Amino acid sequence: MKSYCKIALVGNPNSGKSSLFNQLTGLRQKTGNFPGVTVDKRSGSCELDADTESEIIDFPGIYSVYPKSLDEQVVMDVLANAAHESYPDVVVVVVDSANLQRNLLLFTEIIDLNIPVVLALNMLDVAAGMNIEINAVKLAMHLNVPVVKINARVGGGIDLLKAAILAQKQNAVGATQSSQSAFFDPTLLVPEFIADIKTKFGLSNNYLALQYIHQHNNFTFLNPTQRLQIDEMAVQYQFDSVDFQAKEIIGRYVKIRQFITDSVKQKTVVHQPLWTKRLDSVLLHPFWGYVGFMIILLLMFQAVFAWAQAPMDLIDGGIAWLSGWLKDTLPPGNLTELLTDGILAGIGGVLVFIPQIAFLFLLISILEESGYMSRVMVLMDKIMRRFGLNGKSVVPLISGVACAVPAIMAARSISNRKDRLITILVTPLMSCSARLPIFTILIALVVPTTTYFGIISLQALTLLGLYLLGTVSAILTAWALKGIVSVKDEGFFVMEIPTYKLPRWNHVGLTIYDAVKAFVLEAGKIIVAISIVLWVAASYGPGDAMQRAEDQVRAQNSVLNGSMLDGSTVRRSTLDSAAVANAVNAQRLEASYAGHFGKFIEPAIKPLGYDWKIGVALLASFAAREVFVGTMSTIYSIGSDDPTGNNKTIKERLLAEVNPDTGKAMYTPALSFSLLIFYVFAMMCMSTIATVYRETKGWKWPAIQFFYMTGLGYLLAYLTYQVLK
Amino acid sequence: MIERTVADLKKGETAVIKGFRNASLSLRLLEMGCLPGSEITLDFLAPLGCPVGVRVLGYKLSMRKSEADSILIEQ
Repeated sequence: MKSYCKIALVGNPNSGKSSLFNQLTGLRQKTGNFPGVTVDKRSGSCELDADTESEIIDFPGIYSVYPKSLDEQVVMDVLANAAHESYPDVVVVVVDSANLQRNLLLFTEIIDLNIPVVLALNMLDVAAGMNIEINAVKLAMHLNVPVVKINARVGGGIDLLKAAILAQKQNAVGATQSSQSAFFDPTLLVPEFIADIKTKFGLSNNYLALQYIHQHNNFTFLNPTQRLQIDEMAVQYQFDSVDFQAKEIIGRYVKIRQFITDSVKQKTVVHQPLWTKRLDSVLLHPFWGYVGFMIILLLMFQAVFAWAQAPMDLIDGGIAWLSGWLKDTLPPGNLTELLTDGILAGIGGVLVFIPQIAFLFLLISILEESGYMSRVMVLMDKIMRRFGLNGKSVVPLISGVACAVPAIMAARSISNRKDRLITILVTPLMSCSARLPIFTILIALVVPTTTYFGIISLQALTLLGLYLLGTVSAILTAWALKGIVSVKDEGFFVMEIPTYKLPRWNHVGLTIYDAVKAFVLEAGKIIVAISIVLWVAASYGPGDAMQRAEDQVRAQNSVLNGSMLDGSTVRRSTLDSAAVANAVNAQRLEASYAGHFGKFIEPAIKPLGYDWKIGVALLASFAAREVFVGTMSTIYSIGSDDPTGNNKTIKERLLAEVNPDTGKAMYTPALSFSLLIFYVFAMMCMSTIATVYRETKGWKWPAIQFFYMTGLGYLLAYLTYQVLK
Repeated sequence: MIERTVADLKKGETAVIKGFRNASLSLRLLEMGCLPGSEITLDFLAPLGCPVGVRVLGYKLSMRKSEADSILIEQ
C-alpha cells in the first residue's frame, strides 16, 4: 500500500518555483481551481520514493504571508486552514539564493506556522556570478530545517529534495513542534489577544492566531459572525494591524541578518549580472527603450500574421480536401452532409486558429520568461496612468491580443482596484485572436493584394489598422471611464525588476500547449455544437415549407425551360440544371428554421448592409466570435450545391455570393468594412462575459461592458456602411 | 526643515533609509527589503521621470515617484 502526501511549493515570484514544479511533476500536471475562489490551482503528481506518492501544489508567488493582491490571498487561505483539501503535509519554500535576505522573510513566516518545511536554495549559479557564497550547512543549523541546494532549471538536487521532504514528513508525524523557537513571537506584544483567539478557535500556534487577527476578512473558512467577533476583539484590544505588521517585518529582518552574516559571504559586491545592466541601459533608455518596445510589438504582429499564414492555409486546405473526399467516398445523404457541412466545417473553424494562438502565446511567454515584461510596465506606467490605466495594465492589454479571458485574469496583479476595473473593461476591445479569421477573410475579399516597396502589403496594413483601431479605442475608453468609474482605493506599484533570463523552453512549450488545448476543447465544444445545431436549423424547416419552396422553384424553372425549347444543346441544359439546383438550395435555406431566424432579425441589421444569411452567422457568433467564420462556411456550403463546389474554401464561397437585390457581388467593400468594424467593437464572447462576471463579482460591469461595446459596434458599423455605400 | 526622500536622490546616489511617511505603503516597502538603516541607491529613472528604479538588498526594485517620496532618508 502506497502512502500519500501533499506538498506545497511556496516562494517569491521569480524564485524558480514553477521550474521546480515542472521538474517534480513533468507532464503529470493539471490546472484546476481552489474551491470557492477563482485562483488557478496548478497541481501534479510526483513519486517521492517507491512507497510514497505525492501531490505537488504550486501556489502563486508571494513576498510574505500578508497578501497584496487577489491571487496571493489563496496561499494563506489554505495554509491557515488545516481542514482545507489542499492543506500540505510539507511545505517546500523555494528561494532565490542571489536575493536570500528578502526571500527568507517569507520562509521565516511559513516556519512560524508550524508546518513542516524544507528550504530549497535555487539559483545558486546566479548567486555565484554575484560572488555570493552560501554555506548551506550553517544555514540549516541556524534555521533548524533541512536545506537543499537545487538547480530547478536543469533538475539538479531533485533527489536530495525528495529525500528531505520524506524525512520532514516522517518527523512531523505525531510531533507537535510547539516548543520550537519562533522567529517572531506575537505573544511578546499582544499576549491576551493571542490567547483569546487560541481558545476561541481551538488553535495551538501563536502565529496562526495572529493571522486570524490580521487576515480574518480574507479567510473563506471563517463565517461572517466569526469575522465580526474578531473585529470587535481587535477594537477591544486596540490592535493596530499596520503598525503591528511593520514591527513584525523589521523584527524578522533583524533575525535574518544575524544568520546571514554567518552563513552567507559576498567577497566583492556585485549588484547585478553584467548583461542585465547592459541590456537595461538600452531597453530602459528614454529613447531606445520605446523604440525597442515598438520593434518587439511589430515583430509580434509580423509573427502572428505572416508566419502563421502558411500553417493556417494548410489546415484550411486540408479540411476542404477532407470534406470533398468524404463527400465523394461516402454515400450521399443527410448523415454525410451533417458530417461534412456541419461537423467538419465547425471543426475546421476551430483548428484553423491553432497556429496563431500558438505563435501569440509563444511570444508573450518569451517576453514574460525573459523578464522583459516588467521593463515594459516601467516604461509604460506614466503614459498609461494618463489614461486611467496602470503600467501593469500593459500585460492584460497585450495578452488581450491573444485572448481576453486569460488577459482579464492577468489584471489581478494590479493592486489598485480602479485601475484593475478599467483594465478589465477595456481589455476586450483589444482585437483577440478569435477576430483574426474574420478579419483575414473579409480583408482578403475586398482589399487588393497590392504591395508597397515590395514588402508591405496593403492587406497587412489594413489588418494593422484594425488592430490599432481596437487599441486606440481601448485607451480612449479607459480615459473616458477614468472620470466615470469611482472606486476609492490606494494601489501601489512597488515591483521587483528581475534579472534577464533565457526563457525556459519547457515552460514556453507548456504555456502554448495549455493555451491551445484550452482553446480547442473549450471553444471547440461550443463551436462544434453550434455548427451542428446550425446545420440542422438550415437543413430543416417548419412543416413542409422547404419542400414547397423546392417544388415552386422547380415548377418555375420547368416553365422557363419549356418556353426556351428552341433546339438547345446538351451543354446548355446541364448548365441550367446546375443553376436550378442552386436556386433550389437557396430557396430551401431561406425556408428553413435558420432562414426564418435570419429573416426575423433582418430589419435590425439591414441598415448595416447585412442580409439574413449574415444575420444567422451574427446571431450564432454571439456565443463566440470564432463561430462566425464556421457558420458562414456552413451556411454557404449548404446554399451552394454546384457539383464542383463542395470542396471550395470559405473565401471562394463568399466571393461567389451574389446580392439578390443588385445582382452583383454580395461582399462589397462597404459591407465588408461594416462587418469588420462591427467585429472590432462588439462584445461577442460568452467566455469573456463569464470571466468579467467572475472577476468583478457581479453582473453590473459585464452588462455595462456588453451594451457599450455592442452599441458602439452597431453604431460605427452603420456609419461605415452608410458612408462607403 | 524639509525632510529628504528617495525621490530627491540623483541617479547613482546612495542614502540610508530613515523611515516612512505613509504607514500602509511602508508595509510593502518593508517586505521588499527597504528597511530603516539599510542603504538604498537610485538606479534609474524611467524615461518620463517616473517610475524610478532603486537598488536595495542587492536587487532592483521599481516604484512610482510618489512611493519613492514616502521613503525618508538620512540627511
